[in-house]
Order: sequence, then structure tokens, then C-alpha cells
Amino acid sequence: MNLMDWHRRIERHTGLLVFGIIAVTSVGGLVQIVPSLFQTSLSTPVAGLEPYPPLALEGRDIYIRESCSVCHSQQVRPLLAEVMRYGATSKAGEFVYDRPFLWGSKRTGPDLHRIGGKYSDAWHRLHFMDPRAVVPSSIMPAYRWLAERDADTGGSIQNRMRALQLLGHPYTDRDIYFAPQRLAGKSELDALIAYLQMLGVSRPEGG
Amino acid sequence: MAAIKWPAAPTTYEDDVVLAFTIAAVLWSLIGMAAGVYAAAELVWPALNLDFAPLTFGRLRTVHTNAVLFGFAVSALMGTSFYTVQRTCHIRIFAPNLAWTVFFAWQLIVIAGAVSLFMGANAGKEYAELEWPIDIAITVVWVIYGVVFFGTIAIRRIEQIYISNWFFGAFILVVAMLHIVNSLAIPVSAFKSYSLYAGAQDAIVQWWYGHNAVGFLLTGGFLGMMYYFLPKQSERPIWSYRLSVLSFWAFAYSYIWAGPHHLHFSAIPEWVQTLAMVMSLILLAPSWATMINGIMTVSTARQKLREDPGLKLIVLSLAFYGLAMFEGPMMAIRSVNIISHFTEWTIGHVHSGALGWNALITFGCFYFMVPRLVGQPLWSVRLANIHFWLALAGVMLYVLSMWGAGITQGVLWLSLDELGQVRYGFNEILAALQPYYLLRLLGGSAFFVGAILMSINLFMTISGQRTVTVAPPTTSMRSPAPAAGTP
Repeated sequence: MNLMDWHRRIERHTGLLVFGIIAVTSVGGLVQIVPSLFQTSLSTPVAGLEPYPPLALEGRDIYIRESCSVCHSQQVRPLLAEVMRYGATSKAGEFVYDRPFLWGSKRTGPDLHRIGGKYSDAWHRLHFMDPRAVVPSSIMPAYRWLAERDADTGGSIQNRMRALQLLGHPYTDRDIYFAPQRLAGKSELDALIAYLQMLGVSRPEGG
Repeated sequence: MAAIKWPAAPTTYEDDVVLAFTIAAVLWSLIGMAAGVYAAAELVWPALNLDFAPLTFGRLRTVHTNAVLFGFAVSALMGTSFYTVQRTCHIRIFAPNLAWTVFFAWQLIVIAGAVSLFMGANAGKEYAELEWPIDIAITVVWVIYGVVFFGTIAIRRIEQIYISNWFFGAFILVVAMLHIVNSLAIPVSAFKSYSLYAGAQDAIVQWWYGHNAVGFLLTGGFLGMMYYFLPKQSERPIWSYRLSVLSFWAFAYSYIWAGPHHLHFSAIPEWVQTLAMVMSLILLAPSWATMINGIMTVSTARQKLREDPGLKLIVLSLAFYGLAMFEGPMMAIRSVNIISHFTEWTIGHVHSGALGWNALITFGCFYFMVPRLVGQPLWSVRLANIHFWLALAGVMLYVLSMWGAGITQGVLWLSLDELGQVRYGFNEILAALQPYYLLRLLGGSAFFVGAILMSINLFMTISGQRTVTVAPPTTSMRSPAPAAGTP
């Protein structure tokens, strides 16, 4: 029986066709994904990496809500000009508390993985209120409304931290108990800036 | 198969649901493109967000991608797959009520998705932004869609399963697999969840999803469309059956490996990146084999190609398919990716696929299918020809401007001066992109205007006309012969 005869059986049998498609399309995913999920070097935090404190976690969730990652990457590639422009190359161990990861696929604006500590909180505040006041050629939209909204208006910071605790982030019950106090009186803008100021600060040794 | 009882001979095809999907797809294309054009304008005039959160670029861009991908592309695929599967199986669709359930439920999902993204409910994964309640709804509706589609194949009255249905079938099965694995998350509230995967591992899972959503939805699904509508419209049989068999399995096997080429030079294991690059290059062979099969099919239908704007659109879409399927593997090569990654080149590549291939082939199929669904000739062939030229000019302007912008970014970002310092500031380079952004806005707008003309044309074709009913051929071409009593 040659190959085409054999194929004639598949194309006359719904079940065989379904089975064939699933079998053929599973191989790639199984080979590439499964080993990576068990590779501990990808899930071991770099020395000094802490899970996001409540205010920064709130800021990160605002970053996700506003889809900041469609214009800003968080992944410094091991290329000379890139390291000079942004800082040390990104390491897997720096992202183990990132759910989801926010490396992005586009740099309409600059990479933000090493933005932490580069500018003052006051600079960030001014920049979010009116980007072109500090960077004339910027095309980033202003985010004035963030300053008017209280952080954690949903009151779910404790639930969020508990969900992350369940997934293995080392929050203590004490961290979770006091979380609402850390957010008290803060705006969403404060939270977002707290997140940005933490980004890429726990650099790996020699970074 | 022998266990399946032959149903009584169907009286007609269930085409109303196809027409409903077609109208929905046209509406979603207008909504999605309007969002895209507005977002493009915001990159030229950033104040256009009007200090209003839902109109701000991040949220609007996400609504744009969801509306075109899940609203337009999926509605078009569901509609054309129901049209095709009935005609290639010579039978009325399995469980028409379920088909209608899929229609209404899917439209509700896309509406809920757009509203929730405007409100800021976002899971944070590209092209998988919808939150977990919607993800669950998608899974349920997708299973019903699969039951209707494969159910129709199971009760078919033709022995052989036509090649379009393999592609549609692969699209349905693989998208289900990708969606379920990538969306696994721990819910916090109705509008918030955290991915089950973190960091680099999440990245690998996400781009396995992201790239293969492109692969099996925007490529595989639309190839299913191509394999039915191209031979139909050109009145020529598929050029090579063997090539279609070979390229289908090679496509299905190799596409799934290519995802991590989105993660070159990242913190994921290097062997995963390299494997993805190699498999991306291998993918070029089945992709072009399919394109050649399509082009050769119409190569003797020159007269038809001159007269039929729908066929012209489909053939043009195959050219863009070939272009995008060449460009993709090139961009997956690490040394090219250094320049292209993170730049507008990626956006240009996506749109040469999404506008040039997916939208044009869909438009071409609609120009063919809608007159047949309503039993009326197309309202205006001339308007359809104008649409053809507007679409071609629009997509070319879009792709060329993004190539220019992307190569400018890619080269200047990495440029060092004599002292080894970074030569240009990020904002200097950004300022140089403004003309390209303006050209892209023009190109996108021209394409959008073309789509508006098509909507008017199709609306006029449909309006006031009663839909026709088409009966399948009564002789079965499948052995064993249908039970006695079948006419």
C-alpha cells in the first residue's frame, strides 16, 4: 500500500482525521513546552528578588489594565547597544513573580525593564500628567485620570495576594493583613509609579 | 462509520446562519478597522485620547485586535466553514439549532469582550486578553462549534472528506487546544485572574498560543476558505491533489514549533529559540506549496480573472499570503530578528497578513457567496472593482510605511558612534517616525473606506431580497449507499 492509498483511508474517516490532526500538532508543543515547565532555572528567583509589595502589585495590575505592554517591552536583549541604552540583560530569574509575563512585543516607547530608579517619582508624575512637557517628541497619551482614582477601589488587594500566595509567591499572612493599609490614601498613579520604580532593580550578580 | 444511521435526505442547506455570520463579520470588520484607524491617528496626534481611559491607545489597540480577530476573522470562518462543509458533504448542517446557538453566543462573547476591554478587564496576554469568565464561554461555544462541524462531516453523503474541511477541522481542534492551555489561571474576581504560569515559562506558553492562533486561525482556517472558494469561483479543479495532501500535513506539523521565534534573545532556553527558528524556515516549504497550488489553479482562468472582482481579490490575497509567509520565516532568523524585533516592521508584517491575506480573501469570498445566498447578482461590480484598488493601495501604503519605520527603528536603536556610545536618543528616533505614522494612517484609512464600499454593496445586494434555499444533490457519492427510500 503506498502512501497515497494509506492517506485515502484517513480522508474517508472522520475519527482518523481528527486523531491525525491532534497527533501531528501536539508534537511541537510537547517538545518545547513540557521540558520548560520543569526547568527549575526558569522558576528560581534571582538573589534578592521579592514578590511585589501591595502598592507595586496594584501598580502592575494597572499597567496590565491599561495595556502598557503593547507599547513598552520589558526585556533587555544581550546586544551591546541595548545594554548601553537600557541596562543589564534580562534574566529568567527576575520574572518568577510575573503573572502574566509582560515582556511585550513592541517598543513604540522605550523598554522599561530597567526603568526602576532612573527617574524621580516627581518626574514620573509630571510625565504621566503631560508627557510632552518633559519629552517634547513623545507620543504617549496622558494618563491624568490615574491621579484622581484611589488605588484598590475594588478592595480586592487581599484576594489578589491570596491568589498569588496560592501560586507560591512568598507572601506572609501578615503581609496580606496589612496590605489595605499600604494602599490607604494612595492614588492609582502612586501605585503605578511604585511599580515602575521597582522594575529591574533586583539585578542578578554582575548585572 | 457504519454505526451512523443515514438521515432522511435533507431538503435544503441551512444557509440563513451563513448569511448571519457574513453580516456579523462585515460589521465587526468595520468596528475593528475603525478602532484601528483611530488608534493609528493617536500615534500621530496623541491628544486624541481626549483624556478618556477607554479611548486611550493601550485599551483601544486591544479592542482593535480582538474585534478583528474574534469578531471579524472568526465570524467569517464560522460562516464560510458552515457554507463549505454543507456543500462538500452534500448534506444539511448537523443540528442547525446548535449552529444558531454558536452564532448568537459567539456574537455575545465578542461584544462582552469589547466592552470588558474598554472597561479595563484584561488578562494581560497578547491576543488572549479576555478574562476567565469569557474564556470559559469561548471554550463552551467552541466545543459546540466543533460538534456542529464534525457532526456534519460524520453524516456526510460523499465518501471523501474535502480538503477545505481538513483545514477548517485543524483550525477548530488546534485553537481549542491553544486556548485552553494558555488561558489557565487562578481567578481573583469576575474581572481579574492570575496566569497559572509565570515569567519565562508563561512567555513560552503564550507565544506557543499567540503564534499558532495566527497559524491555525489566520492561516489554516483561511486556507480552508481558499481551497473551496478559489476552485469554485475560477471554475477550475485544484491543481494538485497530492501537493494539497502533503502541504496540509507538513503545515500542521511544522507550524506549531515556530512560536518561540517571538522570544529571540530573551531569557528562555536557547535551544527552544533555535528550534523555533529552524522550524520557521522549514514552514516556508508547505506555505509556498499551498500558494503555488492556488495560483496554478487559477492560472488558466484568465478571462474570469479579468471580469470577477471577487476572484481578483482572492488571487491578490494569495500573493500577500506568499509575501507574508516568506517574510515571517525571514524575520524568525536570529540575525534579521535583531533588527526587526520590537519594531514597526512586525506591525507591517502582521498587516500584510491580516489585511492583504485574511481580509482580502474574505472580501473575495463574500462577493461570491452573498449573491448566491440571496439569489441576486452583486449590486455593483464597478463598486467592487473600486474596492479592489482601494484595498490594494491601502495595504501597500500600510506595509511600505511600516517597513520604512521598522528598519529605521531597528537600525538606529542599535547604532553606535566612533566612541562606542549609543548614537541616537530614543526620542530622536521616535521623532523621525512621524511621516511613516501619517502614511500608515492614510493607508489604513483607504483600506477602511474600501471596506465601507463593500458593506454598502453587500447591503444593497441583500436588502429587499428573500434568501434562496439551495438543495444538495440527491445522489449520494458515498458507499455504502444510503438506506432505501432516499430519493
